[in-house]
Amino acid sequence: MLKIEDLKAKIDNKDILKGLNLEIKPGEVHAIMGPNGSGKSTLSNVLSGKKGYEISGKVTFEEKNLLNLEVEERAHKGIFLAFQYPLEIPGVNTNIFLKTSLNAIKKSRGEKELDAIEFLKLVKQKALDLKFDEKILSRQLNVGFSGGEKKKNEILQMSILNPKLSILDETDSGLDIDALKIVSEGVNALRSKKSSFLIITHYQRLLDYIKPDFVHVLIDGKIVKSGGSELALELEKKGYENFN
Amino acid sequence: MKTESNIDIRAKEIEKLKKYKYGFITDIESIRAPKGLNEEVIRFISKIKKEPKWMLDFRLKAFERFKQLKEPNWQKPKYPKIDYQDLYYYSAPKSMDDKPKSLDELDPKLLETYKKLGIPLQEQARLNGIAVDAVFDSVSVATTFKGELTKQGIIFCSMSEAIQKHPELVKKYLGSVIPTTDHFFATLNSAVFTDGSFVYIPKNIRCPMELSTYFRINASETGQFERTLIIADKGSYVSYLEGCTAPMRDENQLHAANVELIALDDAEIKYSTVQNWYPGDKDGKGGIYNFVTKRGLCEGKNSKISWTQVETGSAITWKYPSCILKGDNSIGEFYSIAITNNHQKADTGTKMIHLGKNTKSKIISKGISAGFSDMMYRGLVDISSKADNARNFTQCDSLLMGNKCGAHTIPYIKNKNLQSNIEHEATTSKISDEQLFYCNQRGLNQEEAVSLIVNGFCKEVLQQLPMEFAVEAQKLVAISLEGSVG
Repeated sequence: MLKIEDLKAKIDNKDILKGLNLEIKPGEVHAIMGPNGSGKSTLSNVLSGKKGYEISGKVTFEEKNLLNLEVEERAHKGIFLAFQYPLEIPGVNTNIFLKTSLNAIKKSRGEKELDAIEFLKLVKQKALDLKFDEKILSRQLNVGFSGGEKKKNEILQMSILNPKLSILDETDSGLDIDALKIVSEGVNALRSKKSSFLIITHYQRLLDYIKPDFVHVLIDGKIVKSGGSELALELEKKGYENFN
Repeated sequence: MKTESNIDIRAKEIEKLKKYKYGFITDIESIRAPKGLNEEVIRFISKIKKEPKWMLDFRLKAFERFKQLKEPNWQKPKYPKIDYQDLYYYSAPKSMDDKPKSLDELDPKLLETYKKLGIPLQEQARLNGIAVDAVFDSVSVATTFKGELTKQGIIFCSMSEAIQKHPELVKKYLGSVIPTTDHFFATLNSAVFTDGSFVYIPKNIRCPMELSTYFRINASETGQFERTLIIADKGSYVSYLEGCTAPMRDENQLHAANVELIALDDAEIKYSTVQNWYPGDKDGKGGIYNFVTKRGLCEGKNSKISWTQVETGSAITWKYPSCILKGDNSIGEFYSIAITNNHQKADTGTKMIHLGKNTKSKIISKGISAGFSDMMYRGLVDISSKADNARNFTQCDSLLMGNKCGAHTIPYIKNKNLQSNIEHEATTSKISDEQLFYCNQRGLNQEEAVSLIVNGFCKEVLQQLPMEFAVEAQKLVAISLEGSVG
């Protein structure tokens, strides 16, 4: 599904990613762990198409070159990024934002757009599945949301947009244990043969709840070691230093 | 292949939207007054409209005063000197010479023009329950739904007709809120105004439909000086909306209207404007000078006047829809969205004059500037010594897009009463790249993202518009900002 070959990324003349290789197949859950400044967030930004990076290497998504696509075109193809810091957009109702987003994606695929009633039905069901308070949906997008509410909202958006590849950028940061559980359950509920996940995190604790198929250790812009979920435990014990 | 053709279609759609779609010219024969501004021309206008002597006297008195006045220049947007002798002050479609008695007799070219603008004049093709008065250059060409309104005693007609048929009302109220001696542009209007709408709502009547006037400038080198007068008698209610467009022309055209509102005891007037005059091209060539005087008088106790404006067009917008809160417990409101893009300029805001006791006013202003444009909010809150317990709340928010535009806020507050309460809040913000990235990541393209964020910013004001127009206004907001980012 996603294939990254010798990916290098630079910002302000500083090398961040220094030759990264990774392949994610449909239905797989990959976790990338690494210390601060190792290039984790850069990886999620580059994959979702954020501007400002000088990039070389090759990234394909479903056998097609991803790097020449705009951010929204990647979203249309089924790439979703759950933000580490979801943005506030004052005056914009969360429901309306979600509906606009869903319909933009549907439109790009030539599918029928949902009307208000169909959409509300869908969103109510998803909120119920994820045990989210649907009151959140009638508030302004992320305005005045607690850290936990913002992250839950990202997961809800993910479940409604139903992406092929979900990238979770430190979704666990700033969450208390209860919120962490709810978010993880949300992700687990979305796991399927068709949808893949790339989970980026500092800590092992998220992986107690979301069991990855593969764990990769990212240090200084390169994957230095890959393994199964046991690698996360090893990391937690030894610390990142011993992987250098 | 399929996606490619979809992209092509979208690109074409965007290209189409970027153009000012109201910029066409109607090829129609007109009757004009001789060029220039003098007593002859004023007499010509008055004569062609078969006005009574008192009306001509009103005009001539204003013209005498006008000759002594100087054009103001304290405003922020400067403009090249206007040669008032080089303009036409009256232009009307020739076919209106013998006034058509019904819509069936109206020149098909005029009907076609309004159809193209999305304003159906044939009542069978009507918008849901909205009565329209259509003003083309200097004259009103059609008013719809007259019969239905007349049953309730409501008068909704062109100003010219009101002067003929309801002289007692016009005589009493015309110039009572904006006197002929007021200021340069208002006085010019009093001397040469041509047409506009007249509304009278009788006692205790709630007007059953939205009343709407649609202004269209067509002829070149022509100023449009319309005059609107709305009177809401005791206990009545009316909601009124005006829309404006003009063809794309390289010259600047002057639009100097006067609008007077009078609300008697317990009456309420809601006045909404969606102004989309031609803004000029992207280099700032051409466009309308929109120098308008709008003033409402809350004459009676418990009366209310509410101005809502969406100002997206014009090369220069220079106006301050105001409320004089004379009656005790009266309320004045001003909700504004002003958008400037490319080289447009705006100096707009409101004046709330508190004279009566327990008077309240609320000002919500949202200014959005993009491109090389410049936006000014200028407002006055004036509380007189007799206005015990007067209250004002003002909120002015500015949104900047890009780094070549400007936003300014100048609130004037004059308070002569210690028992009053005045609040002022102001913010300035920018659409951040991060916000755009977030929206893009959710599948919205740049234009959709900007439109969503801006509509969120303007929400409080958009909510004030009558339902039928809120959607239109939202689209207009998006179109006005096309191409301003990315």
